[in-house]
Amino acid sequence: MVREAAHTLKKSLLWDLLTTVDHKKIAILYLIAGTLFFGKAGLMAILIRIQLMIPENTFVTGQTYNELLSMHGTIMLFLAATPLLFAFMNYFIPLQIGARDVAFPFLNALGFWFFFFGGLLLSLSWFFGGAPDAGWTAYVPLSSRDYAGIGLDFYVLGLQISGFGTLISGINFIVTMITMRAPGMTLLRMPLFCWTSFITSMLIVFGFTPLAAGLALLMLDRMFDGQFFLAAAGGNAVIWPHIFWIFGHPEVYILVLPAFGMISEIIPVFSKKRLFGYTAMVFATIVIGFLGFMVWVHHMFTLNLGPITNSIFAILTMLIGVPTGIKIFNWLFTMWGGKLRFTTAMLCASSFVPTFVLGGVTGIMLAMSPVTHLYHDTYFVVAHFHYIILGGIVLGLLGATYYWYPKMFGHCLNETLGKWMFWIFYIGFHLTFFIQHILGLIGMPRRVNVYLADQGWDGMNLISSIGAFMQGVAIILLLINVIYSAKKRPNHR
Amino acid sequence: MSETVDVSRGLPAHPERATLEGKNKFVGFWVFLSGEVTMFATFFGTYLGLRNGTAGGPEAADLFHMPLVFIMTMILLTSSLTSVIAITAMKKNQFKKMKLWMWITFFLGVAFLGFEIYEFVEYVHYGLGFSTSAFASSFYSLVGLHGAHVVFGLGWVLLLLIRYNRAGITLTNAPKFYMFSLYWHFIDVVWVFIFTVVYLMGIGGG
Amino acid sequence: MADHLSEPFKKSAMTNEEIMKTQREMRIQFIAFAFMIALTFLAFIAVGAEVAPPGFVISFIIFLAFIQLFLQLYYFMHLKDKDHGWANTFMVSGLVLSIPTIVALILIIGVVKY
Repeated sequence: MVREAAHTLKKSLLWDLLTTVDHKKIAILYLIAGTLFFGKAGLMAILIRIQLMIPENTFVTGQTYNELLSMHGTIMLFLAATPLLFAFMNYFIPLQIGARDVAFPFLNALGFWFFFFGGLLLSLSWFFGGAPDAGWTAYVPLSSRDYAGIGLDFYVLGLQISGFGTLISGINFIVTMITMRAPGMTLLRMPLFCWTSFITSMLIVFGFTPLAAGLALLMLDRMFDGQFFLAAAGGNAVIWPHIFWIFGHPEVYILVLPAFGMISEIIPVFSKKRLFGYTAMVFATIVIGFLGFMVWVHHMFTLNLGPITNSIFAILTMLIGVPTGIKIFNWLFTMWGGKLRFTTAMLCASSFVPTFVLGGVTGIMLAMSPVTHLYHDTYFVVAHFHYIILGGIVLGLLGATYYWYPKMFGHCLNETLGKWMFWIFYIGFHLTFFIQHILGLIGMPRRVNVYLADQGWDGMNLISSIGAFMQGVAIILLLINVIYSAKKRPNHR
Repeated sequence: MSETVDVSRGLPAHPERATLEGKNKFVGFWVFLSGEVTMFATFFGTYLGLRNGTAGGPEAADLFHMPLVFIMTMILLTSSLTSVIAITAMKKNQFKKMKLWMWITFFLGVAFLGFEIYEFVEYVHYGLGFSTSAFASSFYSLVGLHGAHVVFGLGWVLLLLIRYNRAGITLTNAPKFYMFSLYWHFIDVVWVFIFTVVYLMGIGGG
Repeated sequence: MADHLSEPFKKSAMTNEEIMKTQREMRIQFIAFAFMIALTFLAFIAVGAEVAPPGFVISFIIFLAFIQLFLQLYYFMHLKDKDHGWANTFMVSGLVLSIPTIVALILIIGVVKY
């Protein structure tokens, strides 16, 4: 009897999750799916680092390496970071603004399933003729029908479908925050996480639509013999990088702004102070969102588009440092003179600040168009954007996980395990990526699968790989913590 | 969120936004349309960047006929007006009148679509296949995307008209008809730029 | 859900004043439509007549297109009415953010280097 009851409970739980339109349950779905994709792409990163651990390694072939590298980037940005952020947005936006649910609960579920099946379609490419191998940017002509296999078709279709899901969710969040705020919850009283999520959703609306257009063009080019990108028939290969980065640069802010919001929630709590400069934070967020659309050509400095173009975009890029700086100082001033309590969440949030500053400083370095030719396509760039993405977004996500876990699941995560996780992750992260700055500056190019010995790269690559393994251990510790804490939780019921 | 709509005095003056559901749809659809703007902008930019890349194939000035484009423009502009009349009728609770004007909008849309298909067939006969040149690809994808939007809009209004044939104007279907009219106007706006940027600029040189 | 959501109404709740307002609005919309037709004519004539240099004609017809855009958005789609603040915010943002996209795809695709 008992077993039967448990069986039906399990079955109904699964059925419930599959058919739910409730924002909290969809948040759990996003969390699970995002973690799965994160694990998959993280494993790929480990494989990449194993290949690069020693010179002239033959652990994976060049083709497999390209596929690993492309899928790592694509999955991390589209299918891991986005849904993990969406999980928290889905759960906490309605709670923070005092709404019963999001504006369109059905569309919310639809958005999740679009995202999930799009991601699944992309992943299926491993079994049907090889994964995409043209990098996450899929530049033409490398990704055109002449040079890339069927993997790129999976890339185009999978991202189109999952992008549509993301767009639906973005519109949904916007409408929720516009029409469903509780009485008295004026715009300038919204918690900062809501504000950053709002701007993120705006960026999704204006960023994912050009991506949809660009992917449609690439699809027409690959499957229906379009001539957009081939110079022989009058096409132009620069069109694709433009469209990709018109989406791609806002995408960085789509991911990092909610992380900013999370940090702004965590730091005041564990400093026992109000957030310093709330209004300035809101306006800095809006300015970052706007400028995010005006700087994309800095990804294309070495395409030689002309000195005036490069100068304009270099200046616009450096301008972003201003609102970001405002945010950094506001976080510091929030901590200043506060009663700091370094829980795991606070460790993540406070270590986010210097890490993100490092990523920002290298960003300014890369924005200088005259010298960017030196850094371009080296490990310096890899180090830079991993400081933003891992040191910014992932630290924010880890902090938010420890901070909001009790609200979501009814019990805390274990703090001792949490602190172990944090330190292993943080040291591992810096071991992996700080050294890559230097590797890049002494000339190691990115996206290569082998390198010769005795160029001064061997030791640093080894250290970098050891750091990557440490990060892997840290994430495993987090998963152990989830299970351990669930087993040890006090029984209130 | 207690929905308190005063229905005792009849259909509210703005039936499309009387309920929270309707208000949500109204805001959400505007957000969606603003996203469509950036999507169309990308296609327009691609066309404008590639319009001289004819690769020896037919050029814009050889193909486009002013009279045909003019007729298509007039049809679409008129259909925009008819949907305005339909929505005004909806606000006044004149269901029959709204239905009539929505059907007129639908048939004008069908006429437009017919002309567009005719046009594409003609161009293909003339030697402008989809993969002839970058100009051809970007032309067909931009105008074809607009055509796809027209097809979607026609299917949408047809479904609404059939499903709510006898329902009268309710607080459930008023937002739907209203959103369709917004969508239809948006298609018209896009066409204004297509006939200007694609056809007239194609004929007028430059 | 309450029943009134799927019930048709016997009458309209519009006051006389509102009906007057709607009629006035309808009249304005007819005028807007007449303007649009006229602008379309003007654009076609400007190109068909071939009297002005192409550069001028192109800027002129694009200007006309923007007037039509304004008429459609603000009169036919009611962006000028109240309660359209957010609709305005998003539509204007979309249009503004479209400008760099289009300009970049025309000008800086490596054909001419600025």
